[in-house]
Amino acid sequence: MAAYIIRRVFGAVLLLLVVSAVTFAIFFLVPRLGGQTADQLATQYVGKDANPESIAAVKQNLGLDQPIAVQYWDYIKGLVVGAEYKFGPDATRCEAPCFGYSFKSHVEVWPQLTERIPVSFSLAVGAAVIWVISGVTIGVISALRKGRPVDRISMFIALAGVSLPIFFTGQVLNALFVYEVPIWDSIEYVPFTENPADWAWHLLLPWISLAFLFSALYARLTRAGMLETMGEDYIRTARAKGLKETTVVTKHGLRAALTPIVTIFGMDFGTLVGTAVLTETVFSLQGIGAYAVQSIKDNDLPIVMGVTLVAAFFIVFCNLIVDLVYAAIDPRVRYS
Amino acid sequence: MKTRRVTAAIASVLALSLGAAACGGGDDNGGNGGGSGKKDAALTSIVNPSSKKGGTVTYEHSDVPDSLDPGNTYYGWVQNFSRLYARALTTFKPAAGKEGLEVVPDLAESLGTPSDDAKTWTYKLRKGLKYQDGTPITSKDVKYAILRSNFAPEALSNGPTYFKAYLEGGDKYKGPYKDKSADGLKSIETPDDNTIVFKLKQPFADFDYLATFSQTAPVPQSKDTGAKYVQNIVSSGPYQFQSYEEGRGATLVRNKNWDPKTDPIRKALPDKISVKFKVNPVTVDNDLLSDKITGDLAGTGVQPQTQPKVLQGKYASQTDSSYAGATQYIALNVNVAPFDNIHCRKAVQWGLDKQSVLDAMGGSPKGDVATTLLPPSVNGYTKFDTYATEGHKGNVAKAKEELKACGKPNGFNTILTARSDRPAEVAQATAVQASLKKIGINIEIKQFPSGKYFSNFAGVPSYVHEHKLGMLSMAWGADWPTGFGFLDQVVNGSAIKPSGGTNLSELNDPAINKALKDAIGNTDDAARTKAWGDIDKMVLDNASVVPVVYRKNLLLRSESAANVTVTQAYLGMYDYVLMSSTK
Repeated sequence: MAAYIIRRVFGAVLLLLVVSAVTFAIFFLVPRLGGQTADQLATQYVGKDANPESIAAVKQNLGLDQPIAVQYWDYIKGLVVGAEYKFGPDATRCEAPCFGYSFKSHVEVWPQLTERIPVSFSLAVGAAVIWVISGVTIGVISALRKGRPVDRISMFIALAGVSLPIFFTGQVLNALFVYEVPIWDSIEYVPFTENPADWAWHLLLPWISLAFLFSALYARLTRAGMLETMGEDYIRTARAKGLKETTVVTKHGLRAALTPIVTIFGMDFGTLVGTAVLTETVFSLQGIGAYAVQSIKDNDLPIVMGVTLVAAFFIVFCNLIVDLVYAAIDPRVRYS
Repeated sequence: MKTRRVTAAIASVLALSLGAAACGGGDDNGGNGGGSGKKDAALTSIVNPSSKKGGTVTYEHSDVPDSLDPGNTYYGWVQNFSRLYARALTTFKPAAGKEGLEVVPDLAESLGTPSDDAKTWTYKLRKGLKYQDGTPITSKDVKYAILRSNFAPEALSNGPTYFKAYLEGGDKYKGPYKDKSADGLKSIETPDDNTIVFKLKQPFADFDYLATFSQTAPVPQSKDTGAKYVQNIVSSGPYQFQSYEEGRGATLVRNKNWDPKTDPIRKALPDKISVKFKVNPVTVDNDLLSDKITGDLAGTGVQPQTQPKVLQGKYASQTDSSYAGATQYIALNVNVAPFDNIHCRKAVQWGLDKQSVLDAMGGSPKGDVATTLLPPSVNGYTKFDTYATEGHKGNVAKAKEELKACGKPNGFNTILTARSDRPAEVAQATAVQASLKKIGINIEIKQFPSGKYFSNFAGVPSYVHEHKLGMLSMAWGADWPTGFGFLDQVVNGSAIKPSGGTNLSELNDPAINKALKDAIGNTDDAARTKAWGDIDKMVLDNASVVPVVYRKNLLLRSESAANVTVTQAYLGMYDYVLMSSTK
């Protein structure tokens, strides 16, 4: 087990290195290959009043005058041992993990990310709880009542949920419950550590919008899985042994049907932490996804790198967790 | 009733989602809104005048500032807003209508005293000025603030560099972060703690306007941390930062060491000012409509989705349609054929149906048809129309005459650029394309992202020539509201740069360059102001700029906003020094 985890962690680090190299290449190398000079790249960060002196100064200070390989090496080195920058009268130390400085605002990237991660994480956690509970419950009920009105209505709602984009459901909920029938005065992020009740209350609408989409998907997946497992021989055997129907459904049916759900949940949750762009934008939440969009718009490369690595980390980390919990759910899985 | 409102809300969101233009505005029951104001009342008066102290002014903004550091910003709204915590040598009078364009002394006890040739400007600071920590403000701090903001592009690159351009020796000075000598730049002298003297390379009669830039707000050298200074700004104004969260917001509270006796222009009524950035633009509008906030800090007006709701009905009385101090125009590049021929340029001037272009951009809420490069809210604006046509619909016969004179009687093919993330500009380009097709000018539209428009494409002459970009969409607002503040960066030959240029026509007419230089050196206010209109005519005679629209902002006053007036000095947004709240 320990060896397995160590192997997976090494694999994850390697994967993150590859992600960083690819991201770096997309944003630093491809423009160069497309004929963009270092001066043109630097001009974007000079502000409205670009002149040769300011372009040269910015180019040098951001390291854009260095070969691409050197820039990448400096970036990776900064992540591991930190770096030193001079955006003022004195040099400042950026401690490891140093994700660099924003090309636009010259603020350190890492503190910006750490301030935004809790927002995205909170959004994903709350939504996940809602969608897993509601999705799996609806899926189970639908499977057990296959073809009946409750199944048909549930699947119709599920279809609607999958079909409706967040910017629609989010805007409708926002318009209804913040402005027309103002149950909420505002939607904002209140840190969990500050006031857990306020944290949950102010994020409830974004959670519901997001969960509506995902729970629909999970309901359909659970229903399909349950229909398959409930037809298996061991279910018939369990019933023949005289087990209670709830035990048959939860302990034997649902447990087997959950394995693919857990897999996809790991992927979805990990991805969502870094990519809930639409929900964050609709509800003006300052998370990683919205920050990613802003940084891409500004062509703020260190921030693009930072958010990409954080998003990738969550995906890799969640998948690792999923692999580890497999054994608990499915006895057929063993680590070797 | 609630059910009906809920249904209406769902219906309006549905309509928006499907891209339909929502008409009407739901149920119109309710009070007057916007206090005692009427439509456009804040253009010429102060709406909801109040002298009541207290309350919190809350702002939202759909984007982030370039920086709230007074020495590292070019944004008009930051220049306006920063006056709450950073006092410049001079500023624009917080007053309604034309009075708002008047420059008044701020840190200085009077406007600058120029030498006879307007090359030396002297300012005396008021007595008793203090920072938020109680330490005195000196002229050396003003000098340091100008040096860090103009001469340290490696750290503070957002702001304009007019001081660098006009101060003697400005081209050689390395900046305060590299040059550690005690004197720094010698052309700014501080003979005592209250006096500052600027020595310029050339006569510059607009210097009092230059001194309104937030770059002249003092910064104590010992507290300067370069790019990080924005996180710990030392206030010289009536408010100081209680908190600042990069890219997310800020809260300002009263600066107890600000002495109102030293500041005749600020009433400083609210106790607190809070700002939230990156708020969904539709949410900003909704928060204004439902009076959850005092103002939209961007000051560029409501979103297209909100316009139908506020153009009529109960909210109409809360709107102000202000000139944004900017002109939307098309630059015809004089170095790209066939626009190297003046007759081909004139063919476009005569042939363009400007009314159809304005309609495509959104009609009258977006602005008025432009006939001059200078917008009406800028000092020096002179009304004229060199290429007057009935209803601004163009004159096909005259356009064809010019085409014949240009040697292209059947028209020609060319390329028009537009910024892909600016829907109004793309709509403008499409309408121009349709309009000019009637006279045989076939336009291919090429779109570029606005973030790289000047740095990589339209502002790079070599790229423009190589790709034969003959027509370039452009919008420009004055750096300060005089003819020079508007024209210098867009029609002066010196504004042509290898990249990042804003003279997209590449107009380098010696007569225009000389007229600009002569006028800015003229200390006779009336003669100087007249000259800007004359130069504008010269540009239109040259036909290298096709003015299309004088841009307008459809501003919305929230009900609780008090002391609301539009300032033309800051691109037609509300004056944030005056604004207070009844909440």
